[in-house]
Amino acid sequence: MANLLRERSLLALIGDEDTVTGLLLAGIGHIDTKQKSNFLIVDSKTPLATIEETFIEFTHRKDIAIVLINQHVADMIRQLVDEHDQAFPSVLEIPSKDHPYDPAKDSVLKRVQRLTGDYN
Amino acid sequence: MSSNARFNVFPTRMALTNMKSKLKGAQNGHNLLKRKSEALTRRFREIVKKIEESKMKMGKIMQVASFSLAEVAYTTGDISFQVRESVASAQLKVRAKSENVSGVQLPIFEHYIDGQNAFELTGLGRGGQQVQKCKDTYISATKVLIELASLQTAFVVLDEVIRLTNRRVNAIEHVTIPKYENTIAYIISELDEQDREEFFRLKMIQKKKNQGKEAEENKAIETGELKTGTQNILESIRDEDVIF
Repeated sequence: MANLLRERSLLALIGDEDTVTGLLLAGIGHIDTKQKSNFLIVDSKTPLATIEETFIEFTHRKDIAIVLINQHVADMIRQLVDEHDQAFPSVLEIPSKDHPYDPAKDSVLKRVQRLTGDYN
Repeated sequence: MSSNARFNVFPTRMALTNMKSKLKGAQNGHNLLKRKSEALTRRFREIVKKIEESKMKMGKIMQVASFSLAEVAYTTGDISFQVRESVASAQLKVRAKSENVSGVQLPIFEHYIDGQNAFELTGLGRGGQQVQKCKDTYISATKVLIELASLQTAFVVLDEVIRLTNRRVNAIEHVTIPKYENTIAYIISELDEQDREEFFRLKMIQKKKNQGKEAEENKAIETGELKTGTQNILESIRDEDVIF
């Protein structure tokens, strides 16, 4: 398991232009030898199929440890995000500039709330 | 589960001893697993609490970061294209370490800076300071995100392990232990039954032996009369009842 973890060193990102720019500026961007990038910019013209494909690709890549996804984008592919129950890579929903963060929609927080509701 | 399920064993004293020690083992295991599950649940709740806190923190820090990007856009102009095009290889990476919580490996992501700044020349004309500031803000935001991601991974892993442990605890409590208890009860009842049979048999033999003895004695008495020749007056002379 340790070896498996060591290979996962990248962060992937699906988000709007501002979020992507900011996080790329922080230095998470990576383009590998096959010219594959680890980020996707979603705007109003991006087809849903592209987002879905990219999400599936990121969650199946072996070198990605964390997939960051804007919450409004995650909402578009909610089914896929909810279905992802693997520990690796972990999918993290982040707020974007235009869309304030709504904890009620977050798939992990939903689970958290369901569990705390069960436990208490 | 049927309440009288038991193991298919031959009811002997040895099997009884075996079953008793196995029951003891199952009870020990049950206690240990229960304790493990409790420790994990405690940890789990801590993580849940932390996740909720960090999610709120993340909202705030992303807001600040977006604002600093807006500042950059104001002073430097749109840098997004430039930034996107100059991406080569990741500078900020994560490394996973694992922490051991009662036998469960929980991953913890740790960020590290690798390689050199790919955006050295961004904002060279003007607004370089803003770009730098924005970069720092986003790096600290990323740190929070990475922290949150490791919490979240721990959450998923722990959730699974807790469910597994609870399933085991329940299986031992409601299936395995009753099964052993039933088997022990069965063996004891069978052994008792055997004891009773044995006792009865012994009694029977005793009776048969006694009968045999009596018969022999009687015979001996009969033959003994002839052999010894001494007559017991009281016994041998038949004294007819006098009937009036």
